[in-house]
Amino acid sequence: MSGEATYLDAIRIALGEEMERDGRVILLGEDIGVYGGAFKATAGLLERFGPQRVIDTPVVEEAIVGAAIGASLRGLRPVVEMQFFDFAARAFDMITNFAAKHRYRTGLGVPIVIRGPSGAGVHAGPFHSQSPEGYFARTPGLAVVVPSTAADARGLLKAAIRDDDPVLFLEHKLLYRRAKEVLPEGDGVVPIGRAAVRRPGRDLTIVTYGAMVPLALDAAAELAKEGVEAEVIDLRTLLPMDEETVLESVKKTSKALLLHEDARTLGIGAEIAATLAEKAFEWLDAPVLRVTAPDTPIPFAPSLEAAYLPGLSTLLAAARRLAAY
Amino acid sequence: MTTSPEQQRDLYRHLLLTRLLEERMVSLYRQGKMTGGLFRCLGQEATAVGSAFALEEGDLLIPIIRDLGATLVRGARPVDILRQVMTKADAPARGRDGFLHFCLPEKGLYSAIAMLGTAVSVVAGMVLADRYLGKKTVGMTYLGEGGTSTGAFHEGINFASVQKLPIVVVLEFNRYSYSTPSEMQCGAATLADKAAGYGVASAIVDGNDVLAVVEAARRAVAWAREGNGPFLLECKTYRRKGHAEHDGQAYVDPEELAEWTRRDPIARFERHLDEGGVLDAAAREAVRAGIDAELDAAVAEAEASPAPIPDPEFRGVRADEEAVVKRREETFVGGLR
Repeated sequence: MSGEATYLDAIRIALGEEMERDGRVILLGEDIGVYGGAFKATAGLLERFGPQRVIDTPVVEEAIVGAAIGASLRGLRPVVEMQFFDFAARAFDMITNFAAKHRYRTGLGVPIVIRGPSGAGVHAGPFHSQSPEGYFARTPGLAVVVPSTAADARGLLKAAIRDDDPVLFLEHKLLYRRAKEVLPEGDGVVPIGRAAVRRPGRDLTIVTYGAMVPLALDAAAELAKEGVEAEVIDLRTLLPMDEETVLESVKKTSKALLLHEDARTLGIGAEIAATLAEKAFEWLDAPVLRVTAPDTPIPFAPSLEAAYLPGLSTLLAAARRLAAY
Repeated sequence: MTTSPEQQRDLYRHLLLTRLLEERMVSLYRQGKMTGGLFRCLGQEATAVGSAFALEEGDLLIPIIRDLGATLVRGARPVDILRQVMTKADAPARGRDGFLHFCLPEKGLYSAIAMLGTAVSVVAGMVLADRYLGKKTVGMTYLGEGGTSTGAFHEGINFASVQKLPIVVVLEFNRYSYSTPSEMQCGAATLADKAAGYGVASAIVDGNDVLAVVEAARRAVAWAREGNGPFLLECKTYRRKGHAEHDGQAYVDPEELAEWTRRDPIARFERHLDEGGVLDAAAREAVRAGIDAELDAAVAEAEASPAPIPDPEFRGVRADEEAVVKRREETFVGGLR
């Protein structure tokens, strides 16, 4: 349908609009210029903005982030593409030891964005499918953003670029071409740190993010047929967490189901469960449940990957158990 | 480009300031007034001072922890350093980090980074930004043998070479990386050999000859500024103390240490100043007296500075942190620990 933009279009649009608006915004990454990015998120930007602003780099993830940090300390607003977010592990030191601590240590902020595709579901195997947000979401000094819709992909990326400190922007590759909508008029900036209630409900709360949001909405539609109204919260930002929206919902429904694609142990769900235990104990009518990927690497074969990922039947079973509690 | 008598006197002052300030810090360390370890520049002063001396105003420098001399040349004041090592509230890092871990951006001085090699791509990014902004800035940073073993060094120098970025990496060959001798750190005959693998220029200089260091560093800086890409400048010097003051350096051959003590860079420069009639013994004594007086005042001032007071909201991690301030406060149920 004309007028609709995919999640991937939305990212490219946000980059172009921010580069147009602010001459300090530059892009660094592998194959982002001439090739337009492995997923084409930067297609056409080299032609529009030139090689001084769209910089193809060698395969040096650590140095790309290091150079972005350096450039940010001299007044630019670099946006780094990780070809796959799995490879951010190569820049872990730069991100967690250096960028995250810089303002605290020295008083000088590091306004960089590190963006790229994360997540499974496209049969990409153990090194191109991970959801590494958990490694970063417990690092003070970072912000971790995980959009699930095209409008949020555009609006949150713009907010990330305008932020004065490092933001990790984890796109979900499964949503690149599946999520689409007509983008809002105007700037469309979406503030970092605020969750969205995607579907209101009174019986239980599903807290999730990224590519699990559409799954949660499918489950909620199914549950509605059974007379169970599930509220679906899309966190959108993992650090800082919008605790209020989650607490407000759980105080209303008294039941919480935490859904994520990242592995179970010490995932985002664990932090939310702890927060609910501290602050919503007296409102809870059932145990807090988690539906997550298991604690294993991500398998390659489609049949194995399908079994690995949280699916509709598992989610429905958990939701029904909560509803009946 | 020769080094004028005026510049030689300035160099001497910085060399001596580095050494005497370090001696004050040793004393503070032994009195338990310092926070953390003391990483000495002793024996390497000519490398640290001479290299930084080649930069111009507006240029950028990221030292490593042993480069006190380079930091002073860039304009850090002794009182800044003393407050840093005593982690005072009015230190540049306000007690949040120590010693050479602070930024004075108006002086083109940026914080040392504990993870060695990291600074190469960071300084490369700084001059990449400056080039984009139309400035002809040169960036200088430092590494020892150990630092050149890191992946960060290789990635950084490779990126800088591809982008032809104007950086000078001063490779301080000082014989030990903590306790590990150079032959256990690096298989190449020299650190400068590594330049060929990245298509960058290099040179080796006697790191204990301050005038040779200044002149080699000027050539390196000019090379970079003219757009030829990075330059690796290996300075052959020697770390005369252990990794830090706690380290008794039992792994060092005493004869090797004695030999390098005889090659002391400051004594060597003093002989040169005598021979050239640039600064005689009496004049040098006056320089020393001036530095001593300056350091007396700086030590007193830094000791009088207050310790940092904990902030109950632990602010300053991000510019926009309202959302997390509340969570941090909850860490302290019943008040500040």
